[in-house]
Amino acid sequence: MLEPGLAALRGLPADELARRRARVRVLVLTGLGLNCEAETAEAFRRVGARPDLVHLLDLLGGHAEHPLASYHVVAFAGGFGFGDHLGAGAVYANKIRFRLYDQLLEFIAGGGLALGICNGFQMMTRLGMVPGFDGDYRSPLATVAPNDRLGYWDCWIRLAADPLSPCVWTRGIETLELPTRHGEGKFLTATPEVMRRLEQDHQVALRYVDERGEPTERWPANPNGSPGGVAGVCDPTGRLFGLMPHPDAYLYPFQHPQWFRMRDAERPAEGGGLAIFRNGVDAAALAQGG
Amino acid sequence: MIHRFEIAVRRGLRDARGEHVARGVREFLRLPVGSVRTRDVYHLDAEISAGEAAAILVELADPVLQAGAVGRLDDGPFDVAISVAFKPGVADPVGKSALVAIEDTLGRDLGAGAAVYTSVVYLLDGVRRDAARTIAYDLLANAVIQDVAIATWDEWRAAAPSLAVPRIVDGPPPPVRTVDLSGDAAQLERLSREGLLALSLEEMETIRDHFASEPRRRRLGLPAAPTDVELECLAQTWSEHCKHKIFNAAIDYREGDGPPERIDSLFASYIERPTREIDAELRAAHGASWLVSVFHDNAGVVAFDDHVHLVYKVETHNSPSALDPYGGAITGIVGVNRDPFGTGRGADLLANVWGYCFASPFTRGALPRGLLHPKRVRDGVHRGVIDGGNQSGVPYGRGWEIFDSRYLGKPLVFCGTVGALPVTIAGSPGAEKAALPGDAVVMVGGRIGADGIHGATFSSAALDEASPAQAVQIGDPITQKMTFDFLLEARDRGLYNAITDNGAGGLSSSVGEMARGPGGARLDLAAAPLKYAGLAAWEIFLSEAQERMTLAVPADRLPAFLELAARRDVEATVLGEFTDDGWLEVAYGGDTVALLAMDFLHEGDPGLRLAARWDPPRFSEPETRPTDHGRSLVDLMGRLNLASNERQARHYDHEVKGLTVVKPWVGAGADVPAEATVFLARHGSLRGYVLSEGVNPFYSDLDTYAMAAAVVDEAVRRQLCAGARYDRIAALDNFCWPDPVRSQHTPDGEYKLAQLVRACRGLYDACRAYGVPLISGKDSMKNDAVMDGVKISVPPTLLVSALGQIDDVRRAVTLDFKAPGDALFVLGTTGADTGGSEYFRYLGERDGLAPADGGPAPYVGSRAPAVDLERTPALYRRLAAAIASGWVRSAAAPAKGGLAAALARAALAGRLGAELDLDAVAGGRELATDELLFAESTGRFVITVAAADAAACERHFAGHACRRVGEVTAQPRLALRRGAGEQVVVALAALETSFKEGLAHA
Repeated sequence: MLEPGLAALRGLPADELARRRARVRVLVLTGLGLNCEAETAEAFRRVGARPDLVHLLDLLGGHAEHPLASYHVVAFAGGFGFGDHLGAGAVYANKIRFRLYDQLLEFIAGGGLALGICNGFQMMTRLGMVPGFDGDYRSPLATVAPNDRLGYWDCWIRLAADPLSPCVWTRGIETLELPTRHGEGKFLTATPEVMRRLEQDHQVALRYVDERGEPTERWPANPNGSPGGVAGVCDPTGRLFGLMPHPDAYLYPFQHPQWFRMRDAERPAEGGGLAIFRNGVDAAALAQGG
Repeated sequence: MIHRFEIAVRRGLRDARGEHVARGVREFLRLPVGSVRTRDVYHLDAEISAGEAAAILVELADPVLQAGAVGRLDDGPFDVAISVAFKPGVADPVGKSALVAIEDTLGRDLGAGAAVYTSVVYLLDGVRRDAARTIAYDLLANAVIQDVAIATWDEWRAAAPSLAVPRIVDGPPPPVRTVDLSGDAAQLERLSREGLLALSLEEMETIRDHFASEPRRRRLGLPAAPTDVELECLAQTWSEHCKHKIFNAAIDYREGDGPPERIDSLFASYIERPTREIDAELRAAHGASWLVSVFHDNAGVVAFDDHVHLVYKVETHNSPSALDPYGGAITGIVGVNRDPFGTGRGADLLANVWGYCFASPFTRGALPRGLLHPKRVRDGVHRGVIDGGNQSGVPYGRGWEIFDSRYLGKPLVFCGTVGALPVTIAGSPGAEKAALPGDAVVMVGGRIGADGIHGATFSSAALDEASPAQAVQIGDPITQKMTFDFLLEARDRGLYNAITDNGAGGLSSSVGEMARGPGGARLDLAAAPLKYAGLAAWEIFLSEAQERMTLAVPADRLPAFLELAARRDVEATVLGEFTDDGWLEVAYGGDTVALLAMDFLHEGDPGLRLAARWDPPRFSEPETRPTDHGRSLVDLMGRLNLASNERQARHYDHEVKGLTVVKPWVGAGADVPAEATVFLARHGSLRGYVLSEGVNPFYSDLDTYAMAAAVVDEAVRRQLCAGARYDRIAALDNFCWPDPVRSQHTPDGEYKLAQLVRACRGLYDACRAYGVPLISGKDSMKNDAVMDGVKISVPPTLLVSALGQIDDVRRAVTLDFKAPGDALFVLGTTGADTGGSEYFRYLGERDGLAPADGGPAPYVGSRAPAVDLERTPALYRRLAAAIASGWVRSAAAPAKGGLAAALARAALAGRLGAELDLDAVAGGRELATDELLFAESTGRFVITVAAADAAACERHFAGHACRRVGEVTAQPRLALRRGAGEQVVVALAALETSFKEGLAHA
């Protein structure tokens, strides 16, 4: 069941809904080794929002056309920021921490949303945007470590969303199939206490599940060995969300690996990844009001 | 001052890299080892305070995962520590990123001399020093590019932490020399050989005579002999690698003792010609052609839709990969990206392809000195391709491997890239580029070092123990990605007139080529940014240091171009300008050091005249053949050339960019390789492109004509299986040949050249028959290794890479069986085509036969599959029409392993079985059961349709070789019978195990 506000928004006449969504401005970070910016922007476009690709160096150097504060959503796209040379997302996150973080914290404090996919999730974790307990977005309490089976791995997996999670990005999603593509995806916390709190507060919005739908730590259903099958984590507000799998690579129904085996009736109407983007955009639209 | 930082995974957490090494020690080296832990070491060469060092440490180490120390971590004991560091001058991209992080952390620039040098320390338990040496050199390090230090725990503890860094000691650059060419023939040849110039005596003499008689030189006070800059530039421009002298040679070809036939340029006669003819036919028939730009640019260009053209190029990087598999391959994949990027005014990268030819990773016994074990080559090459491709954000579309013992001396590493070139860029056709006189010569991207000196001339010679380490480069995908991100912005703003890449030959090649348009260029090498001082002028000119593009930027847009580069943190340097005076004039700090007439540089090479003679070879056939065909099929599916390499392939992303439709792995378990893959070229359109290839060097042993026709046919059939249009298939040709020039070292050169001639003819005939233009290609003609006095030559290998188009990707088809009860058809005719087949090699191995020294694996047999080019095109058109109408549910193209292997793949992929009557396949021809199963006859397809569509299918293919042979079943087995007689029944489980295990532990 969708919460009433979201249900009401989606119940609006089509043109009104489109107008509300088109007011949502999304900043998609690019440059310095990121490489999923085009499909991430396309995803936001397909659900009706207005994405801008902004090079991180323009943001740092004050050359961006619009200030960060004028956006409603910041998307940290996937890729290999600086080649992941000092660990996934480390050098890129470092640049943000030392040269942009005050602005970003203001953006968050102002109600902004953030989505981190793969490398973007790794950066958000490295920065401390998630878990972000008690409004502290500066303390990295978790990390995304190398996969138990060493090396990058590309395969499709099944995810289940926590219906009780505050995460605005996973509203209405029960299960979801997506590709994962990473070498460092094992979510570890600094202490067991951090993990307990994440669980207790339903901040683990997405988990890898097996054929029976149960969270799994077994390869290949869980490609990295993440404890408890953790695949995506949000902050306590649910507005900041990062995940290892790639909703941005499932924008069209025929990208599902079984699409060519499905009968017409079984075929999905749209790419499964779009639901996540639509949720974020709608949450941003609701936050702006009419 | 040097500061050492050590970073390791915290105790109690998993060191996945250490575990991976331990597994390698046990499984590959077969040595005992206890636990292995690893540390990253960063040596920072800069002036910083102790407080700053502490701040840096906090940023270098992941706070949750890692522990770190300034100096040394204190967590012994261990038995042995193995430190692996780069040699001076080897690219260290991780060090480069670390410096960025450190400067960000400190909030200040550490100055021009600052650098970070990375190394890795492996701490091993349960290993003694002698075993540690083996582990270091046979598993962890490559002595060509890395230095190793081994210390026992006591030694480690006793010594202070090492602060040694592989810094290049700068010296003054060597002066420009004049090269005296007045010596006799022997002296000239020695000069060429020892200088790694790879110039023939005739070429040396041509150069000598040209310079002696050049009036303009005298007027400018230049010597009558070439400078080293000039000689090196000519050697590079005239190298086989760049000039394709063999493909352009005049050849006298004869068959046996028949009359000689003169061929003027294989390239013009057989590669360019089909394309020109097809283009002319298209224009005559439709008033337009879908060929946009062929042969003259860095990659071929074909029309796709109103927004973008497709660009495709495949390259090889064989010699460097033999010396340093990782570095060679990452340079190969990152390097070939620059071809589409440097085509027209620059294409967006869409997808990569990779393909390798190796000796078996299970090779046992002593190897010739100087060779790496094929398993190390394979692992290293693939790791290089994975890192290069993943970090560049370019998915892979095709990946394949071929194994034969003759690739021991030189592995073949094919890397290719598809790009999307905007039809219009900044208001003019995107495929057009022209440097204009007065445009600035601008170099963009990485800096120049001594890496890759002589790459082009080196790959134009056989490998031996003395092959130069400096020919090795290590590609840096991140530097290139940043450069490309910047250039795409500059492209769309119309800030430059022309772009090309710096590949083989570096600036000498890129500027030399680009200057052909305007008719000259003038540049000063002293302006070029260097990684370190001390390079000679000719080294700056020829260095193949990677990640660089050369551009022609008009004066009025130069400020905007340079401003954008600075904002993107990308180095862009004006080196000179393009001119129209007919000269390539190179200065070094004001002095003219090279003055080369453009026409002599590009047209002055005297060319080759060669002889070729074809005598059909003879090989043995098996005397008896087994009758347990079920076992044969199970065994075949696990052979190296048929087994699944999924575990390796999935380490490389195939979905980044979000445009992938039919993925490289398909079927119910996504675990069987697709016949061809399908991608969107841009978001928001349903039109797609299709990738496939054909490669089969085994047929070359019998007849390269048949081989070439067969690989074109295979590439085309794979395209059609996926649903590609018949009339929009383009192809690339990549020839990898053993040296075909007769000499003391190559007494059989005339035969090898005849093999080349015949391959070209086969290629021509097949391309003409199918209307497939060759839009680009490459040849690599010296794939021989001489090690310990033993010469190992690759079998003649032709890769045909096809690029097709599909109007609506939702109409694509995959090879897996879809539903029980579906009717099964075989299209095409099966013959006794067992020559060069995987089945015959399997029988040879079953009979305990090994290849003769340097020879093919027995049995080769006597008849390679021919292609019936008269009949197949009409059948293929019918199939394309059938798939476009939507009622074909699966399509597979039998090739290696024959019909049985194709059925096995379709069944495994569908998790469904099949029942089939082989007599129906035979269609009245007298064929043995194993021939029906395993012959590799070309021109065939296995398709399934719903039972209700079976009759319509028969009608659709009326008049063509089309036989309904059986049906798809729910039982997990293949049941193949001959009428009411013999039955071959194989369980899918047995096939799956064999297919998945064949390479799983390689």
